[in-house]
Amino acid sequence: MTPQAQRFAYPLLVAVVLLALWQGLVTGLDIPPFLVPSPLKVAQTLVLDAGLLFAALANTLWITLLSFAAAIVVGVGIAFLFVQNRLIETALFPYAVLLQVTPIVAIAPLIIIWVKDPTASLVICATLVALFPIIANTTLGLRSVNPGLLSYFRLNHATRWQTLVRLRIPSALPYFFVGLRISSGLALIGAVVAEFVAGTGGTGTGLAYQILQAGYQLNIPRMFAALLLITVTGVALFGLMSWLSAWALGGWHESEVHHD
Amino acid sequence: MTDAPAVEILSAEKTYPNGTQALLPVNLQVREGELLTLLGPSGCGKSTLLKMIAGLLPASDGRVLLWRKPVGQAEGSGKRLSFVFQEATLMPWARVGANVRLPLDLAGVPRAEADARVHEALQLVGLDKFTHHLPRELSGGMQMRVSIARGLVTRPQLLLMDEPFGALDEITRNRLDGELLELWQQQKLTVIFVTHSIHEAVFLSQRVVVMAARPGRVVDELLIDEPYPRSAEFRVSTAFSQHARRLQDSLQRASGSDADLLPAR
Repeated sequence: MTPQAQRFAYPLLVAVVLLALWQGLVTGLDIPPFLVPSPLKVAQTLVLDAGLLFAALANTLWITLLSFAAAIVVGVGIAFLFVQNRLIETALFPYAVLLQVTPIVAIAPLIIIWVKDPTASLVICATLVALFPIIANTTLGLRSVNPGLLSYFRLNHATRWQTLVRLRIPSALPYFFVGLRISSGLALIGAVVAEFVAGTGGTGTGLAYQILQAGYQLNIPRMFAALLLITVTGVALFGLMSWLSAWALGGWHESEVHHD
Repeated sequence: MTDAPAVEILSAEKTYPNGTQALLPVNLQVREGELLTLLGPSGCGKSTLLKMIAGLLPASDGRVLLWRKPVGQAEGSGKRLSFVFQEATLMPWARVGANVRLPLDLAGVPRAEADARVHEALQLVGLDKFTHHLPRELSGGMQMRVSIARGLVTRPQLLLMDEPFGALDEITRNRLDGELLELWQQQKLTVIFVTHSIHEAVFLSQRVVVMAARPGRVVDELLIDEPYPRSAEFRVSTAFSQHARRLQDSLQRASGSDADLLPAR
């Protein structure tokens, strides 16, 4: 088997074994579905409630993508601001950290109260969660320029703009993509957490709302189905970002070069 | 005007703000078309001196003139210098052609003309078939040749080289030394070459400036009065060994004078 195929085959094998074990235990011990549903039951629910669940997924995904885009724009903007001047970075970086370490669950209620528009309030919460990795990685990347190349640019009287476009931005790309990979997952988590906090307050029809509702109704199979959708979405986002990174850096950056 | 100096160094020195003397005052003239080597151990200030000539480091006292104009205003003379670093310092994301074209792009040379000159420069170093390769697909020696092509593409009169072949194996280094001599003769360049290899200095230079460390200073100057072109046979000739011996002695005398500063071995 090629290493390429192994990368898919082995995790898949683990999944099959775990699912079989799960199914076997639930059937064998006769556990009722409102405690632990079997994988088959979850799959069945996914099909039966498809309309409801996928509509909810579309909502959550929309919030996620909006927040992810906002995090990229704002994060890259802040990173560019930081590298202009050490003083700016020194003055503002602690606040970026503050943003990162404040639990979103704690400030989400405030944001939901302050911001009237439900979509906007959810997007703001999720953006706050996803922002920091983009700021930190892009800033590091913009600073991680080969000093020899920087001297070379200086020797050739390159303008600030030329140095930025031809040297700093390409040098920052590998770091930026690491930030993207982390933030894509965080945007999803942020969206789900914000939906949870907003709860049944009339805002949500997202997956978190479905999980809450299913919980109240002891509809555990639907809860599992919703959870599965969130997980699959997270993995898909991560995969998409990895693919984007490989596409952009393929060939030149160590992280994406395959050494045989 | 072949005797006009390309570079004049007038009591230029470098002292860092913390008081470290990187280079005691140096007086040196480099003729147009000369191939001069700065030879010395690490810490002797040879790279510092080269960077001062390039204008990458300001002299803390004294003056450096290029074509009779202060460094930084030399563009007015219509002449150019190029700097080749210790490492190839290529942009890993850009193909060989784009890497060589960089100085022309920065100067705003139109694309068609730039591409023609890139092709010409890559031909000079024998890499015109590798225009579309990425740097990582090339060997260390080839990357260095790309770096030299990038240095030549602006058609400089003065080429400053800071231990360019120091990281390469000896066989590759010897070959590139030979290629450099061909380029120097063919392009009528003035070359200032920094190295810590006695053999490289003898093989390449018309004149060797010997430097010593702690504090960095010029201690000696030797002429290598041998005809060009120099072939591989020159490396094993008696004359070559004699020149090497003289440089060796000179370096030893210089380090002997500050031997008391070194910890006992």
